[in-house]
Amino acid sequence: MRNLYYILQKEFLLIFRDKTILRLIFIMPVMQLLLIPLAADYEVKHVAIAIVDQDHSSDSQRLVQKVGASAYFHIVAVPPDYRAGTTLMERGAADILLTIPPHFERDLITRGHASLQLVADAVNGVRAGLGTSYALSMVRQFQSELRALAQPAAPVGPSIEVSSASWYNPHVNYAAFMVPGILPILVTMVGAFLSSLNIVQEKEAGTIEQINVTPIRKHEFILGKLIPFWVLGMISISIGIVVARVAFQLWPAGSLLTIYVFAALYLVGVLGIGLFISTITESQQQATLLSFFIMMIFILLGGLYTPIESMPRWAQLIAAFNPPSYFIAVVRAVYIKGSTLSDLAPALAKFGGFALVFNALAMWSYKKRTA
Amino acid sequence: MTEWVIEAENLTRRFGAFTAVDAINLKVAAGEIFGFLGANGAGKTTAMRIFCGLLEPSSGRATVAGFDAMTQSEQIKQRIGYMSQKFSLYGKLTVKQNIRFFAGIYGLSRREVKQKTGEIVERLGLTTAADTLVDELPLGWKQRISFAVATVHQPKVVFLDEPTGGVDPIVRRQFWDMIFEASSRGVTVFVTTHYMDEAEYCDRVSIMVDGAVAAMGKPAELCAEYGVASVEEVFVALARKATRHGD
Repeated sequence: MRNLYYILQKEFLLIFRDKTILRLIFIMPVMQLLLIPLAADYEVKHVAIAIVDQDHSSDSQRLVQKVGASAYFHIVAVPPDYRAGTTLMERGAADILLTIPPHFERDLITRGHASLQLVADAVNGVRAGLGTSYALSMVRQFQSELRALAQPAAPVGPSIEVSSASWYNPHVNYAAFMVPGILPILVTMVGAFLSSLNIVQEKEAGTIEQINVTPIRKHEFILGKLIPFWVLGMISISIGIVVARVAFQLWPAGSLLTIYVFAALYLVGVLGIGLFISTITESQQQATLLSFFIMMIFILLGGLYTPIESMPRWAQLIAAFNPPSYFIAVVRAVYIKGSTLSDLAPALAKFGGFALVFNALAMWSYKKRTA
Repeated sequence: MTEWVIEAENLTRRFGAFTAVDAINLKVAAGEIFGFLGANGAGKTTAMRIFCGLLEPSSGRATVAGFDAMTQSEQIKQRIGYMSQKFSLYGKLTVKQNIRFFAGIYGLSRREVKQKTGEIVERLGLTTAADTLVDELPLGWKQRISFAVATVHQPKVVFLDEPTGGVDPIVRRQFWDMIFEASSRGVTVFVTTHYMDEAEYCDRVSIMVDGAVAAMGKPAELCAEYGVASVEEVFVALARKATRHGD
């Protein structure tokens, strides 16, 4: 215990002497929280649409006007024929090409049904998918409007109306979803990078040898590394929580304490990963590359950007072993749904296991003596 | 009866197919200044790292301060000091902070830590530089601080791996004064060096060639045995036979 006091004193002195680390702790949460939610917006607006109107009837005109009035679409051109439309798409000027064939209105009136063609540029899959579904719903609305106009008196046939509601996040506020997801990523990055670089730094400077030749105990050394970075990680998430409040007016619907309990445990695990990396690498380059690689997997399979449920089966399996995905789910649940500690108790055990495994690994792979 | 502080029996260390230390035998008595000489790559540092519990021996036996280097390396560490070839204190900590840290983890009481820190700073004549970052000090000072840190806990043995590399003769002489002073307090000194004038300061020396001890004895005895005037000539005569070349 006494040794630990001296180790901690030394670690904190070194951290406070390193201005880069301090800046990182303060600036990273602010930048990440301010930039990512603003830039990485899922909502697709202003889909560029080109409409080839070969019918030139009043109905086709009405459809074009309807599309043009929507905020989701932006009519970039009204090409004279289909070929000109595809050229636009090839140039990347249009995302969606809607073709209204000749006799559209006549077919509607005389035969009761008509066809339209929708072509989407699926190079950007998200844009194509959403654009197509916006366009379809627009056509459907147009159709019911036409019916109402044509047979105002006629009894309306059976129809199914689906009413949908977004629970917990009623206005589907994008930041409310994204910001609580970024907080865990922030903690992961701060924790893993700082701790993974630290022991390697001592290896490079040769100071580790001076430590290894003392009677210091392995657990004291590891704890001495863990505790300072744990404190920094907790400061970092606190700054993140404040930024979320000030910049996005977001505050957990549940208890702040729940978040801190999970963050405390989660950080121990992340630091364990970092320390493990730094015991198995020999230079800061190696450690940075390795932690960067792990970070990419963590983030991409963590459910921040892509819902885990829509990943392929194999990726879901990996995600099941991906610690950030749990923490992201927990923080979102507390922020948006107001989940309590007891609601999330099963996750707590997993966090504990995660922390235990990686710190045991770090302790085991740190050798005071070369075999 | 002589108390042997370091003993090696057929001590061997292999790295893959390469035998860095080849069945060496030596004994160092308490209070001795023992010079561990050898050309670059002869295996000095490897042997020293085994004695310090930083490296496992492949075979043979070594005891330091009465403890087995194979099985009791942590007990050894409580009783030895080590100064590596490369300066390895915390450059971003001050002189005082370094001393305090190492004194602390060697288990000195809070009062002793304080007292030792003041004492060392004074003894080294570093009172004005006590709160300077170690990185900002000249190499000669760093080496003397390293030595003071390595002996802060009154070890039985202190291992010095080329402690005076890269400094001028006057600074080297100052360093050796510290060694003599420690030796007079009963600390056994096990030192490697490339400076043959320093070898003459030692009570006994051994000369390693290609991983094995080629000669051992008091400097005067060795000179007589080889019919030469200095340890340097003995060293050159032996090192010339080496087949291994250092880095």
